[in-house]
Amino acid sequence: MQEAMIKRAKELLADGSVDRVIGWKRGEFAYDITPAVFTTAEELDRDFVCDDFTAANVSKYLVKETQKEGKILAFLKPCDTYSFNQLVKEHRIDREKVYVIGIEGGPKLDIEKIKAKGITGILSVKNEDYTLKIETIYGTQTMPFYEAILGKCASCKSKKHVVFDELIGEDGDVLDSNRFEMVEKLENMTAQERFDFWRDQLSKCIRCNACRNVCPACTCENCVFDNPKSGIDNKAPADSFEENMFHIIRAFHVAGRCTDCGECSRVCPQHIPLHLLNRKFIKDINELYGEYQAGADTTSRAPLNTYDKNDCEPSVVHERGVE
Amino acid sequence: MQVNENFEPVIVAFCCNWCSYAGADLSGTNRLNYPTNVKIIRVPCSCRVNPMFILRAFQKGADGVIICGCHPGDCHYTSGNYFTRRRITLLYSMLDFLGIERNRTRLEWVSAAEGAKFAATMQQFTEDVKALGPNRRLEDLRCRKQ
Ligand code: SF4
Ligand code: SF4
Ligand code: SF4
Ligand code: FES
Repeated sequence: MQEAMIKRAKELLADGSVDRVIGWKRGEFAYDITPAVFTTAEELDRDFVCDDFTAANVSKYLVKETQKEGKILAFLKPCDTYSFNQLVKEHRIDREKVYVIGIEGGPKLDIEKIKAKGITGILSVKNEDYTLKIETIYGTQTMPFYEAILGKCASCKSKKHVVFDELIGEDGDVLDSNRFEMVEKLENMTAQERFDFWRDQLSKCIRCNACRNVCPACTCENCVFDNPKSGIDNKAPADSFEENMFHIIRAFHVAGRCTDCGECSRVCPQHIPLHLLNRKFIKDINELYGEYQAGADTTSRAPLNTYDKNDCEPSVVHERGVE
Repeated sequence: MQVNENFEPVIVAFCCNWCSYAGADLSGTNRLNYPTNVKIIRVPCSCRVNPMFILRAFQKGADGVIICGCHPGDCHYTSGNYFTRRRITLLYSMLDFLGIERNRTRLEWVSAAEGAKFAATMQQFTEDVKALGPNRRLEDLRCRKQ
């Protein structure tokens, strides 16, 4: 697929349809991939990559990119198209300035899961018939492909591109992913157990802000968490309260707009399952206000931007019982 | 949890200016008692209550937070409380998901004519929070008194 993408990108650059291309390039290691903008055929040939590690969602970069002159080509996986659509809907991306090529989705790999097997000194990772051949400085190792896929890909919600100008490869369907399983499990615990679970998780947060910075729903020019007057703009949380505050408020701010793209959990260096917070909101919204998938379209009103006169009362929460 | 008989919870009540605050006023002019634990913060409309306000109240020492607004359909700004209702439902549900005791939060619609309801609501809520004991799960140790 990489070849076809580079070829198409070069054509579009050459005929002047676009003057930039956003995709991915390698970092220091083969698995260390970063989103990048390309402007020439030479750069594309030299650096452009699309492989099992190009999981990063490039939609958010288009907020800044479409503020510039000219048109940009973006390669979007199915999940990325939801984020893209949502940003178009929120008037954050200028749709006219982007040429979208839909590409096949994952599953993409999680290098941490490979390292967790004790495999170190990794030089390259190849997928051969769903067995990973991992070249390391200590020799070749293998592991099953599906044991190393990203959490977000393991609960993929859709292989369908909700927006594109052209496709490379096939379009798929919306999937039934069972993604609320863990949320349900937590819901069925006691309050004390849930509290302990989250304390355990959130206390790991180092407030690097990566989750916010990567999140396509977090595009505020001035984030509350950067406001010195908010009292929570400092780096490392000084108290458990700050950990709770940051995560509750961030999740709340993206409620109804979060497409469940999974980027926040993917980038968290502390492996905090942030998606559980977002999915709790998604699940509640689905159950209380009707099924809603952010980013599926650009016209519907976000659940928190609207209401129904017959909405339930907050007492639905209290009716769950005292504890 | 050990129940401390002497524990007096701090209750923060966000009351909208047009109905619930007037309701509180009426309960006062009618000489109805409601617990002195309740600290009222007047807001222009219940939908003015940003989720941060609620967390902030807990941080600064509240043991329970209640929001009061006009009855649905009666909001001075027509639809403010409909938005409140969705937001606060989701927020309370999230707090529950994080293991914060459900009874520390509440929302009640109180009109300007419902002085008695205001007093009764505050009485009940204060009792409920008292039964829970001090807020420990959503407190900021730096703000703890004593
Ligand atoms: S990415 Fe993880 S560690 Fe960093 S601020 Fe977010 S939750 Fe905390
Ligand atoms: S909160 Fe996480 S899953 Fe939701 S849109 Fe942001 S990065 Fe994606
Ligand atoms: S956390 Fe809230 S204020 Fe900050 S960028 Fe995200 S949505 Fe905006
Ligand atoms: S003015 Fe009372 S709820 Fe809006």
